[in-house]
Amino acid sequence: MTWIAQNLWLIPVLPLAASAVIAVNKQRQRKLAATLAIGSLVLAFLLSLCAFSATLLHHGDNGVFREVAGFNWLQFGGQWLQLGWVLDPLTAIMLVMVSFVSLLIFIFSVGYMAHDENFMRFFCFLSLFAAAMLGVVIANNLLLFFICWELVGLTSYLLIGFWYHKPSAAAAAKKAFITTRIGDLGLLLGMVWLYAETGTLNFYAAGRGCLEQSALAAMVTHMTAAGMAVSTAIGLLIFLGAVGKSGQLPLHVWLPDAMEGPTPVSALIHAATMVAAGVFLVARVYPLMSAHPEGAAAETAALQVVTWVGALTAIFAASIAVAQTDIKRILAYSTVSQLGYMMLGLGVGGVAVGMFHLITHAFFKALLFLGSGSVIHGCHEEQDVRKMGGLKKFMPVTFATYAIGMLALAGFPLFFSGFWSKDEILHSAHGWPVSHVPFYFGCAGALLTAFYMTRQVALVFFGQYRGGVRESAAHSQSHGINKPSSHEDSHAEPHESPAVMTVPLIILAAFAILLGFVGTPAWPWFDGFLNGTPAGFNFSRLTEGGTLGLMLASAAIVFAGLGLGWWLYGKRLRKSVEEPDVLQVAQPAVSRLLENKYYVDEIYEATVIRFNAWAARASDFLDRWIWGGMVLLVTWVTLGLSRLSRFTDEFVVDLGFDTGCETLREGGSELSSWHTGRVQTYLRVIGVALVVLVLFLIWGRKS
Amino acid sequence: MTPLQGCLLVSALLFAIGLAGAVTRRNAILALVGIELMLNAANLNFIAFWRYGPNPEALSGMMVVIFSIAIAAAEAAVGLALIIAIYRHYRTVNLDEIKDLKG
Repeated sequence: MTWIAQNLWLIPVLPLAASAVIAVNKQRQRKLAATLAIGSLVLAFLLSLCAFSATLLHHGDNGVFREVAGFNWLQFGGQWLQLGWVLDPLTAIMLVMVSFVSLLIFIFSVGYMAHDENFMRFFCFLSLFAAAMLGVVIANNLLLFFICWELVGLTSYLLIGFWYHKPSAAAAAKKAFITTRIGDLGLLLGMVWLYAETGTLNFYAAGRGCLEQSALAAMVTHMTAAGMAVSTAIGLLIFLGAVGKSGQLPLHVWLPDAMEGPTPVSALIHAATMVAAGVFLVARVYPLMSAHPEGAAAETAALQVVTWVGALTAIFAASIAVAQTDIKRILAYSTVSQLGYMMLGLGVGGVAVGMFHLITHAFFKALLFLGSGSVIHGCHEEQDVRKMGGLKKFMPVTFATYAIGMLALAGFPLFFSGFWSKDEILHSAHGWPVSHVPFYFGCAGALLTAFYMTRQVALVFFGQYRGGVRESAAHSQSHGINKPSSHEDSHAEPHESPAVMTVPLIILAAFAILLGFVGTPAWPWFDGFLNGTPAGFNFSRLTEGGTLGLMLASAAIVFAGLGLGWWLYGKRLRKSVEEPDVLQVAQPAVSRLLENKYYVDEIYEATVIRFNAWAARASDFLDRWIWGGMVLLVTWVTLGLSRLSRFTDEFVVDLGFDTGCETLREGGSELSSWHTGRVQTYLRVIGVALVVLVLFLIWGRKS
Repeated sequence: MTPLQGCLLVSALLFAIGLAGAVTRRNAILALVGIELMLNAANLNFIAFWRYGPNPEALSGMMVVIFSIAIAAAEAAVGLALIIAIYRHYRTVNLDEIKDLKG
């Protein structure tokens, strides 16, 4: 076993330790916090690179390099619960991606959060998040996976609600936590069922893991009551967890609201890493999802569900993004849409297709979010794209990197990573034997993606700056401190962000371009890396099997989207804030529908939440009046009995006793007063008694 | 008035005087003197009932009285000794002040 596989646990433990140290330190030590968080992540990144190179250099017995390590955690009954980690290409590529993107976002955060009072808390949570996410990635055990998964959910909650004094942020944090919890319930059920079926939660354990041949074969043949293979049922339950975490339909509602958090958080959690955890989960349990009996179709029910959910989400969210006005919300819906693409890719093309888009998306979406963070920072915390515009000349670096990210997301042909990864998904969808509809959804989504990104860039960076002077003056009150004095006279105008923020943007932009070339049809290195087969360089594959035609078609779609966007928004630039949107003028009904996100929130409000509120009220009533009444009744009866008992005690038992005692005492004291101790008094009494006796005897005899 | 009646009257008078002395005197010695008087009144009764009784030949009354006087002598000795002991302890023989059993 290689050294790095043995010590893979160090990667999540380093940021965890950093988080713990930050948490116990005093609030003012900003430098320490940033140094610890970034330093630990640098180490984690270096270790991840070691792990990555180990997977590159070594080859497993049957193609895929895979090494596991673990330990016994706790015993229940006769069995040991094991925790462990696995090093395989999937883990390695995710480790590098997560640690690298996180590292850049950490560095960006130093600039973005520089003036926040709770800088320490922020880095503590960020480090904890990175630790949890890296834990998710290395887990070789569904239990460890679940623990880290929940930690990720927790940090997401903490970071969305980071500005908890804003009611909207607090509500968004709760919404995110509760919505993902619904999915997690499915994951938990799936996990329990899996354990019941296979007796192990380890993914890989030299033939005894639950994702390995013997366990899968058993689960495929075992049927549930509804005539579904157990593997499919468990796969669907686990997919429910992924739906929650990755914001798929119908649990996508939390992700756009999560934009209430600080922008680096949006970039880190809600674009690059955490939401990818759901996709990663599906990729990890892909053997389970795709397990099918000999001779049956390879498209199992579980994978079909994944495909359909992904395809629907992709087009659904993309269409909403068209009508949004908040710069971060546009990106959020875009993220939901792209996650749908990843699911679609997993469903139709397997691990490599979905994961490739995950990796490329992580880079360009982190880039876009950090770019939007830079824009927001430069525009004095303004998030409405209608109030921006013309930022090209104020923020050249941000503009250039943002444009690269935008083109990558839109899938601009040949030079940008998004093109290659998305193309691969579309290609796989095209070849899907079950239905062609997901392919058309994907194409429509690609068109919309190009369209809304063009709209956004046109609104933000072109034309003239529409931010009001009055508002800027008000904002400068709070932001005047952090600006160099040379900018004092240009408060109203946006400014370029400091180098600590732009350098990560440039690095991410470089990766947004370069990463695409590791997975082109001509050189499918990524696919080969994950599947353990060497990839050759062969241009002829570009023209084989309709690949070229599809590439041309998707390029045409992208150009159509870009052109449409530019025609509608770029040609005739918006002049003022109040001016209605082009779409609003042309199609008011559609526009309103999209602006309100298909009223999904309202529908949930009217159904699930209303039902929930009703159930809560009913429970409250039951609790307050029925159960509470019973308890109260018992209380009253007890109270009455005890009062009675006390009364009897005080006025019957004690009273007789007390009276007796009192009489005795008084009699005693009366008698004691007779005992004066004077002998002569006694004698006197005796004398009187004698006289009385004598008199009595005399009179008595007479009568 | 028969001689017996006269004797009994004297005896009763003597007893009454003794009782009054024993009850009213503050001085312990005088109270003791009163007690002696009452004792002697009783003795006088003995002698009178013997002398004027149905059987004066037998010396029974005389015997009882002599016996009684012997006891009275012993009793006087004990009583005086007690009074001396009390005087030593309390530095007084006033009966009103000697009312506690504890020393």
